[in-house]
Amino acid sequence: MNYLLEMKNITKVFPGVKALDKVNLNLNAGKTHILLGENGAGKSTLIKVLSGAHQPEEGEIYIDGKKAVIANPSDAFKYGISVIYQEFQLAANLTIYENIFLGRELTNSFNFINKRKTIAKTEEMMKFVGLDLTANTLVRDLTIAEKQMVEITKALVFDADIIVFDEPTATLTDKETTRLFEIIHQLEEEGIGIIYISHRLKEFEEVGERCTILRDGKYIDTVELAETSKEELVNLMTGRKLDKGKKRCNICFPDKKILEVDNLSYQDKVKDVSFYLCEKEILGISGLVGAGRTELVKTLIGEYSKDSGKIKLNNREVELNSPADAIKNNLFYLSEDRKDEGLFLGHSIRNNITISSLQRVTKKGVLKNRHEEEICDNLIEQLNIKTPNMHTEALTLSGGNQQKVVIAKGLCRQAQIYIFDEPTRGIDVGAKEEIYEIMDKLIQDGSSIIMISSDLPELLRISDRIMVMADGRLVDTFTNDEDLSQQEILSAAVGGGKNNVYA
Amino acid sequence: MSTLNNTKAVNKGFLANDRAIADYLTDYGIYLGFIIIFAIFSVISSSFFTVSNISNIIIQSSIIAIIAIGQTIVIITEGIDLSVGSIAAFISIALGMMMVDFGISVPMAILLSIVIGVFIGLINGFIISYGKVPAFITTLGMMSIARGGALALNGGRPVSMLPRSFGIVSSASIFGIPIFIIYVAVFYTLMYLLLTKHKLGRYLYAIGDNSEAARLSGIKVKAVKTSAYIFSGLFAAMGGIMLTARLNYAAPTAGNGFELDAIAAVVIGGTALSGGKGSLLGTLVGALILGTLRNGLSILNVPGFYQQIIIGIVIIVAVFFDKMKRQ
Repeated sequence: MNYLLEMKNITKVFPGVKALDKVNLNLNAGKTHILLGENGAGKSTLIKVLSGAHQPEEGEIYIDGKKAVIANPSDAFKYGISVIYQEFQLAANLTIYENIFLGRELTNSFNFINKRKTIAKTEEMMKFVGLDLTANTLVRDLTIAEKQMVEITKALVFDADIIVFDEPTATLTDKETTRLFEIIHQLEEEGIGIIYISHRLKEFEEVGERCTILRDGKYIDTVELAETSKEELVNLMTGRKLDKGKKRCNICFPDKKILEVDNLSYQDKVKDVSFYLCEKEILGISGLVGAGRTELVKTLIGEYSKDSGKIKLNNREVELNSPADAIKNNLFYLSEDRKDEGLFLGHSIRNNITISSLQRVTKKGVLKNRHEEEICDNLIEQLNIKTPNMHTEALTLSGGNQQKVVIAKGLCRQAQIYIFDEPTRGIDVGAKEEIYEIMDKLIQDGSSIIMISSDLPELLRISDRIMVMADGRLVDTFTNDEDLSQQEILSAAVGGGKNNVYA
Repeated sequence: MSTLNNTKAVNKGFLANDRAIADYLTDYGIYLGFIIIFAIFSVISSSFFTVSNISNIIIQSSIIAIIAIGQTIVIITEGIDLSVGSIAAFISIALGMMMVDFGISVPMAILLSIVIGVFIGLINGFIISYGKVPAFITTLGMMSIARGGALALNGGRPVSMLPRSFGIVSSASIFGIPIFIIYVAVFYTLMYLLLTKHKLGRYLYAIGDNSEAARLSGIKVKAVKTSAYIFSGLFAAMGGIMLTARLNYAAPTAGNGFELDAIAAVVIGGTALSGGKGSLLGTLVGALILGTLRNGLSILNVPGFYQQIIIGIVIIVAVFFDKMKRQ
């Protein structure tokens, strides 16, 4: 028997990274197939290949045993592939039925919309998924779970054979999750093949037949869930990679706390988080996407205004109301989003590097060009930024070099505490190594570092301690000794705490 | 195989060369365009290329050029200021009334006028930065408010019979150079230095390029953005003072459309409305192109209607080439 969907040897290369490396996925009709992997493992890229958003460099896709060419999203639609993303693709100010038929309106011969037929078709499918509303309801009045149901309804109205759920439960309550699983089982009975992306292991008791695991863009294995323990899944997901020699030399002063944060809260994103940072320490922050890591540090530096909490720097309580305050207090944040929040893409490398430290290169506000260029020359050399000269626009550099420019901006400021947010995301291995070396050098020179990363081997390699966050809370903090494993950290991140492993 | 590679290499080289020429043309296209326009008028009309006419062009362009300084700064920060023409009119009436009706001394009245301009700019900047009302809307509102204020101040009537000593503002000359040309030279130099050599200039460009990154880099984005509108108010006020002196007369309807001329000068000069890029030198040339076209076309007796059409085309063509360059 043919598979409903077969993806063979899919390879996708982005500048500097191999996002997918010969990945396979086979889906049976009427079954749910789990796609499992850490952040950045390539799950989303694989789905984007399936939905026609990305074109793979290599590999084939077969649907019902026949070779399929999916050159764009409308091809995917024709093949009956429907993807329900985390961010719903709905227009808030249109009604449910208008959303469902958006761009594919049922019309009469004069191209006027046949509203009656549209509504009838919509409500038929809404009944099937159990969405108990009228088709006239505006989407903006719906809850998140209801919006999700609208997306499912849309897939059904157009006879999708393959439905992909991208982390569907991330924003649902328990009750809504249970309801979603019921719907998924209903869909299975209809013979629809489902690809389900998630890293919440406990959900796999409810849904899923088989599971394909990706790691670093590579295909690892496909296993029967009934025969595989959760420990095995975690191992497959993280890999029993050789810890590449813990490089940190433990030069930190555990008694000398330079930053203490007490009960920091921000809306429902950061809940009562307390932690400290020592001199010459690298403190890693781990957690799944949406765990509140970036929100925590952005609240710390005053980018988000905290609801409560105290911050002590060098034993002195400080009020940080804006990033400018944080920088003035020698606390420097380097954003995960270098294009939108880090760089001035249209400006020269020089202007990018010195923008946070103009007081160093000005005299009464007037720029001292030669001094500025000297500093930039040094940093470009020190960080090995590959560029013809410092007057090149940042936009022309590769990802790794852009990241180094952002770091150079921080180094130029000579801060005491650096907060790196995913500093090595999307850059190649060589540049990663260089960035670790830079961080090590910073520590040697007396700075301290907080590093958010979704790359566990990276955290294990260079952190002194690792904080794990889930759902806005700090669930655990590990000292990074020889025994600490990726599995322990990941269990805390997915299970929500040490007392709650896989619960 | 190797021949194929060779052809490719040759092609590439050829293209690269083409590209360099194209880049060069577009980088300096605005200056080149200016020279071409100048040359055409000089050939067609004998009375165009004379010292007195050229000086006349600069004087005619100078009010827009001065107002366009502030507009350039605002546009660099990814903003816009539609209120400058109305501010100029408001200042003009206020200045006239201060001197004529209130008997305030000429230097004091000029100083107060500048303070009012700065203050209006501050209000604009404050509403835009702290109230988060889009610049287009805020300054559109201020355009109406200032125009209404200019009409209301003196019941819609102009102010004439200005003190004779006030005439110096436009009639004086230094070493034979008309004072309007001196104003342009001095303020363009000062503000050019501010934008390129001063910390504030760096910040203005930075918030225009990426205001989020600017904030995370420790720049006080709101304050810097407000300063841009203060500059705009300041130079609008100067434009109003110059206008009053030149006409020797203050009219509440004066300065109508100046905001559009100023914006046109800025965009012809290559400053992008999307912010983060631009230069005052470009704006100056932009203002001179507008002035040259008006002057030249008038000398050639082209009716005003057609002048407007031609100027509109020039604006679009200039920005079209600028976009081509950026792609």
